[in-house]
Amino acid sequence: MSAIRVLAGTRKGAFILTSDAKRKKWKVDGPHFAGWEIYHMKGSPADPNRIYASQTSAWFGQIIQRSNDGGKTWDTPGGGPTMSPQGMSMGESNKFVYDGVPGTHQWYDGTQHPWEFRRVWHLEPALKDPNHVYAGVEDAALFESKDGGATWKELSGLRKHDSGPKWQPGAGGMCLHTILIDPKNQNRMFVAISAAGAFRTDDGGKTWKPINKGLRSQYIPDPTAEVGHCVHRIALHPSEPNTLFMQKHWDVMRSDDAGDSWKEVSGNLPSDFGFPIDVHAHDPETIYVVPIKSDSEHYPPDGKLRVYRSRTGGNEWEELTKGLPQKNCYVNVLRDAMSVDSLDPCGIYFGTTGGQVYASADAGDSWEPIVRDLPAVLSVEVQTLK
Amino acid sequence: MIRVVLPHHLRTLARVTDEVQVDLDGGATVKSVIDAIEAKYPALRGTIRDHDTLKRRSLVRFFACGEDISHESPDAPLPDAIANGTEPFFIMGAIAGG
Repeated sequence: MSAIRVLAGTRKGAFILTSDAKRKKWKVDGPHFAGWEIYHMKGSPADPNRIYASQTSAWFGQIIQRSNDGGKTWDTPGGGPTMSPQGMSMGESNKFVYDGVPGTHQWYDGTQHPWEFRRVWHLEPALKDPNHVYAGVEDAALFESKDGGATWKELSGLRKHDSGPKWQPGAGGMCLHTILIDPKNQNRMFVAISAAGAFRTDDGGKTWKPINKGLRSQYIPDPTAEVGHCVHRIALHPSEPNTLFMQKHWDVMRSDDAGDSWKEVSGNLPSDFGFPIDVHAHDPETIYVVPIKSDSEHYPPDGKLRVYRSRTGGNEWEELTKGLPQKNCYVNVLRDAMSVDSLDPCGIYFGTTGGQVYASADAGDSWEPIVRDLPAVLSVEVQTLK
Repeated sequence: MIRVVLPHHLRTLARVTDEVQVDLDGGATVKSVIDAIEAKYPALRGTIRDHDTLKRRSLVRFFACGEDISHESPDAPLPDAIANGTEPFFIMGAIAGG
């Protein structure tokens, strides 16, 4: 019998929601790490009981937590009684140090600003080894751990790309928020950075190239620049990894050549501003977005919370409203706060800054809140358990 | 024996519910107290001060006998009342950000 586990990271802790395959009754467990910001949690595809969590605080910095039992218990993997040659305890799991001289990137006022580590936005476990995991961080860089999160090493070919000094922070900071691993070629990965754009490696992370041709951002000095675009999220379907979908700051985009070129597929959306985008588990041409009114008004148009689904890979969108509030709704849905399960019919999940996690057990046709009144939801990941 | 009061978030991280106690080999200074705290609770490394530079995180404050000593040298001797365990050494999160 299958089961579903939803991992919700919030401003004030982590919550784990579980249900059987009917997806009708949900058990809510939490808060874990009460009072801490949980930017992201994600389970290993190779071992679903291995879950990584990014626990962070402006006061006390970054913590990496790890569970080996599906989120019942947690530990800081590098925080054990390991001693350095100098006799100091190690505690390395929260140590993210840029490779070499960090260098500078563009600051809000156009001047150069030193790279400074702030937090981990996204944890992406590798597909086959539960001890292998990637971390996307602010200020934008990609780190890798091959020992279960105990120690981290930067894959610095990304940050040291020639365009690095032109990268600049978005309103939420200069974050590497999306990491996609090509399941058919694990030397190929895609990342996205606000506000630099999307990048691809074909050699396991050693070298990277910007993949932003076709993006047009009218709010930057050169609207078609190689880098500088505020990409909010990209997504792919495992069966068609050369097809990428992107929610940019404004514009929903699609690429059919692994990011070498992009075309706009915003079509009839009421607003093409938004944060998350995701793909149906069984249909690579069915995609979901949550339109937000504008970058000045981070809430849905007309106070109506609507998910939009395209069954044609973009351009033609239908609004999905059944079970969602259709008046006086002014929440936001953040970039890492949407996910899908792999049951049939496919389940779609998203969390809001108002503390609700909504679920659809029928591919988006109808929705219900599976929990409400949590702290603001930062991230939602779903595990389909066999 | 030095008594240390950790802020709430670090108590949960260290999995303690009350003030903690550490023993020092030498004199009591901010540095020696935090060295001992990190040795006893390795998960706290990097949360009070930077891993490498050992610089205090900007929104962490140190108090001894009612005085904010955050900006004093980490190698300056702590007051006798801290050193002999009469008074606890406070590590606090600055009141900032709401």
